[in-house]
Amino acid sequence: MRVTQGCFSFLPDLTDEQISRQVQYCLGKGWAVNIEFTDDPHPRNSFWEMWGLPMFDLRDAAGVLMELNECRKVYGDRYIRMSAFDSSHGWESVRLSFIVNRPKEEPGFRLERHEVDGRNIRYTTKSYAVDRPEGQRYGGK
Amino acid sequence: MNPQVTAPAATRDVSETQPSGQVDLRREFNEVGIGEVLDQLDRELIGLKPVKTRIREIASLLLIERIRKRMNLTSEVPTLHMSFTGNPGTGKTTVALRIASILHKLGFVRRGQVVSVTRDELVGQYIGHTAPKTKEILKKAMGGVLFIDEAYYLHRPDNERDYGQEAIEILLQVMESQREDLVVILAGYGDRMDKFFASNPGFRSRIAHHIDFPDYSDVELLAIAELMLHDMNYKLSPDARQAFVRYIALRKAQPLFSNARSIRNALDRMRLRQANRLVADLDRVLSADDIMSLEVSDVLASRVFSNSSSG
Repeated sequence: MRVTQGCFSFLPDLTDEQISRQVQYCLGKGWAVNIEFTDDPHPRNSFWEMWGLPMFDLRDAAGVLMELNECRKVYGDRYIRMSAFDSSHGWESVRLSFIVNRPKEEPGFRLERHEVDGRNIRYTTKSYAVDRPEGQRYGGK
Repeated sequence: MNPQVTAPAATRDVSETQPSGQVDLRREFNEVGIGEVLDQLDRELIGLKPVKTRIREIASLLLIERIRKRMNLTSEVPTLHMSFTGNPGTGKTTVALRIASILHKLGFVRRGQVVSVTRDELVGQYIGHTAPKTKEILKKAMGGVLFIDEAYYLHRPDNERDYGQEAIEILLQVMESQREDLVVILAGYGDRMDKFFASNPGFRSRIAHHIDFPDYSDVELLAIAELMLHDMNYKLSPDARQAFVRYIALRKAQPLFSNARSIRNALDRMRLRQANRLVADLDRVLSADDIMSLEVSDVLASRVFSNSSSG
């Protein structure tokens, strides 16, 4: 099941050139672009791991693409997303985020039912991918 | 688009399709707006004949390259990395800034910013510190010009475990693989740059343009001084001008002379003395001319003159 989070996730995967144009848009707005990755695609997992530091003071998207390619070399089998942080007063938060890399196979989620308190049922979603230990999901070593 | 340029048929292969169409070179030239940058260079930079010639050559090549690209005459992106060598104060940094705007106008760098760094900003202090530091600078310079002043400090031949070598390797790699994203300009004093290139042959071969900045002549230094004063809204009185000609000749013979920089420092000191002279007489009514002009006494009070007379 294809994970849809952030912007553009219902579109076909962005090409590098499209990514570059989006990043350039963010830089033009003065936002700092970050690269984040994870192998736990649960929608409530909002804290992904960062690849390096947030990239402040960049002028051109080529620098971000350089880092993205480095990140893909190491974590090409995981989800990678770009997030653009707006540091201006009143915002101070992420303005845009989109997935730029996803695993070849996305096993999707299952619905788990807990029977509690008599006949009550509590539902939760769980990714099939996280059944395996961290680092071995999505066909990693 | 320019209607004069008729693009050849959709085929990429140049040998099959004779590229047709005419180009109005003057119009291209004006369209890019490079003429005014070159004129500005001529106007604001005094002397530096070989440098200007070289910049004109590069600008012409880039202009032609632009037209060729439009006509689908494929060619490699020209290597634009440069090295500027010359004595202190010969205008290396100033020219680097100009180069960036020329390249930007011609569309060979996308943003046209200049990131000026020295060894400190590239080389880290402990293991694992250098690579992120260098890469961060490179990322900031992407789409523009990376100007590395006194580049020979990157390489410390006496210490083979110096982290400078790591920075050099990263630089070389990016200079090669991201030629269209970044232009690197190395600058430094001639003899030490030669030594630096000798020990890092990779650098020498990746840099297409080695430009040597000559020292200024006395006449050029005077012209530079007058240009600087004009920009600061000062002027030399005729006597002071005579004295300053002598000052230049004497200062040049002294050690640690650094061309235009020494001249600028001398002018700054003259401004101090002028201000002091004006303030000394508080009862005087000053005209704009008094405030603007530097007098002969402001020049002659310099240490340069007293040293030369005493020995």
